[in-house]
Amino acid sequence: MNIHEYQGKALFREAGVAVQDGVHCTSVEQALAAYDSLGSEVVAVKSQIHAGGRGKGNLYSSDSDDLVMEGGVKIASSREDVEEYASNILGHTLVTKQTGPSGKLVNNLYIEAGCAIAHEYYLALLIDREENSVLIMASTEGGMDIEEVAENTPEAIHKTWVDPIEGLHDSQKNALADSLGLSGSAHASLVEMVGQLVSMFVDRDCSMIEINPLVKTEGDTMVALDSKVSFDDNASFRHPWRAGLRDLSEESDIEVRARAHGLSYVDLDGDIGCLVNGAGLAMATMDVIKLYGGEPANFLDIGGGADRESITAAFGIILEDPSLEGILVNVFGGIIRCDMVARCIIEASEEKGLNVPLVVRFSGTNHKEGKEILDSCELETITTSTLAEAGEAIVKVIGGDSS
Amino acid sequence: MSIWIHEDSKILVQGITGSQGMFHATRMVEYGTDIIGGVTPGKGGQSVDLPGRSVPVYDTMTEAVSDTGGEASIIYVPARFAASAIMEAADAFHELNGGGLIVCISEGIPTLDMVRVVAHIGQRPGVRLIGPNCPGIISPGESGGCKVGIMPGYIHTKGRVGIISRSGTLTYEAVAQTMGVGEGQSTCIGIGGDPITGTGFIDCLAAFEEDPETEAVVMIGEIGGTAEEDAAEWVAENFSKPLVGFVAGATAPPGKRMGHAGAIISGGKGTAEEKFAAFEAAGIHIARDPSKIGDVLLDVLIEAGLRES
Repeated sequence: MNIHEYQGKALFREAGVAVQDGVHCTSVEQALAAYDSLGSEVVAVKSQIHAGGRGKGNLYSSDSDDLVMEGGVKIASSREDVEEYASNILGHTLVTKQTGPSGKLVNNLYIEAGCAIAHEYYLALLIDREENSVLIMASTEGGMDIEEVAENTPEAIHKTWVDPIEGLHDSQKNALADSLGLSGSAHASLVEMVGQLVSMFVDRDCSMIEINPLVKTEGDTMVALDSKVSFDDNASFRHPWRAGLRDLSEESDIEVRARAHGLSYVDLDGDIGCLVNGAGLAMATMDVIKLYGGEPANFLDIGGGADRESITAAFGIILEDPSLEGILVNVFGGIIRCDMVARCIIEASEEKGLNVPLVVRFSGTNHKEGKEILDSCELETITTSTLAEAGEAIVKVIGGDSS
Repeated sequence: MSIWIHEDSKILVQGITGSQGMFHATRMVEYGTDIIGGVTPGKGGQSVDLPGRSVPVYDTMTEAVSDTGGEASIIYVPARFAASAIMEAADAFHELNGGGLIVCISEGIPTLDMVRVVAHIGQRPGVRLIGPNCPGIISPGESGGCKVGIMPGYIHTKGRVGIISRSGTLTYEAVAQTMGVGEGQSTCIGIGGDPITGTGFIDCLAAFEEDPETEAVVMIGEIGGTAEEDAAEWVAENFSKPLVGFVAGATAPPGKRMGHAGAIISGGKGTAEEKFAAFEAAGIHIARDPSKIGDVLLDVLIEAGLRES
């Protein structure tokens, strides 16, 4: 789960991490009132969307695709600037490197007091899967795309790992501050901040905290000028407060609805819908479709506990896709029985008005019974028993190239 | 022979009185697994009826292990209690037996819980964790065998191919395809789809390398992380048996979590392409088409002189 910058900064404040004063706004009037209340002549007017690259993104009119403004983060030096930037941002679509060409509609704005910057740094905490611990990464190359820094000047990135049992040692914090070339009060400020961030990461079950840029002010203290925070969804049960931070407009509507039915769904660009049990097999099914010359329309894992209700919902979701040409069902029965899935397919196709070719591959528990049920019903299906046959059949039946 | 479990392994079930625990304990006994007891806090002293046997329930793993001599446990408790169940099992096996095998089926355990669990296990040599979020481990026997997991037992047959996979049903797919070319399995292990897991590819490969009854291995990875690349690097130096590799998710878009918590291409890293390339560089025989895993295995066995055709 991701949250907005302004929400992340509120959590920073609670954790003691230094941030500038700022106000979250949803209208131009609020933005102007925020400017008046902050008492800072220079403020940053920042688009709030979950994707990164906002500063270098462009804002477009949501109905005409006309360019409204270059840059989704602006520095305003007057009330007039704030009014202009806020009106150019709110209600418009921000397209960045990370949003894809369709961009994200901006409904939220953050007005933040300006800051006299001496230098920009990068700081991030994330789970290191291979080292089995929380990794802290810091770099003197702040404000830049960290993946580019990692590619071009890996020596500019300093890493240290939090011991899962003993925590982060003071010597590690000091070494990290040293590696950024900090001294005096900025050094002390970073040491304190790193400790606060590790506590926040653990206490709130984060999966990532990224601050880019982290700045050293002219007053020689460290301030988090940005925040990108995401949480481990598996831990949501012990953090009920997260519900209030969730912005469903930032999530794909169809993925949200799928999740409510216990389905794991990801929208793709192709025309062959997939319904599969198990995440690995679902990916492999997409891969097979592609290898046989087709294009998958989605990833869909019905999970181990699928029932009539969730399979019907899955069909409904797949059929929403206007470019859909066919559906491939691939079920390897284990706990799930293929005969149960077969009955669900028949009921769901009646209920949802199936109007595209359907290829069904059953293997495992009760696959023969499942195939018999489908072969003897009125619904037209092509049943296969291997993954290869299934891939070939679906691509052929929609008129693609299955060479 | 097989790795880590064998036909006579004594297995405990943590969460045995729950619906999942009961359901799968029954299936495991039907397959031939020697389940000798279970643990559910607060239900110690009760017993549970399984096919052809009644087994005792204990409040703690320490009681269960010391009373029954259990060598391995399988965990079916809800995600929020799973981390402490794993650590309880690790402590009991470590203190009483000097080691043991823990298989955790539970899905949805918080990542930082797993970070702590894996560190905890790292301090208890001899204790091995498989999973979480995995189908478990199975070693088919002459009749029945030992199944410590949720996989459909009947699709397996005793044989010489080892299978390692991050996925559940895709493991069954690989099993079905090895059967399709007339090969059975020595041991199949689902290592789990989470970002942080206990046993990894290299642990499994090292054990298969030592196992005289395993003559070839199928390794199934997926997008996300660098476990496949690390395994490939290890294989190049240390693995001598024929090895077939597949990576699921060549068509997965970047930045999207594909069902498994660990299956995500982040920052352009963890793509199927990189993993296939690492496999190839290490001399692993790759099956780019997941419907051809069996066919590639057959070719590899023939090439290695292990089969005529």
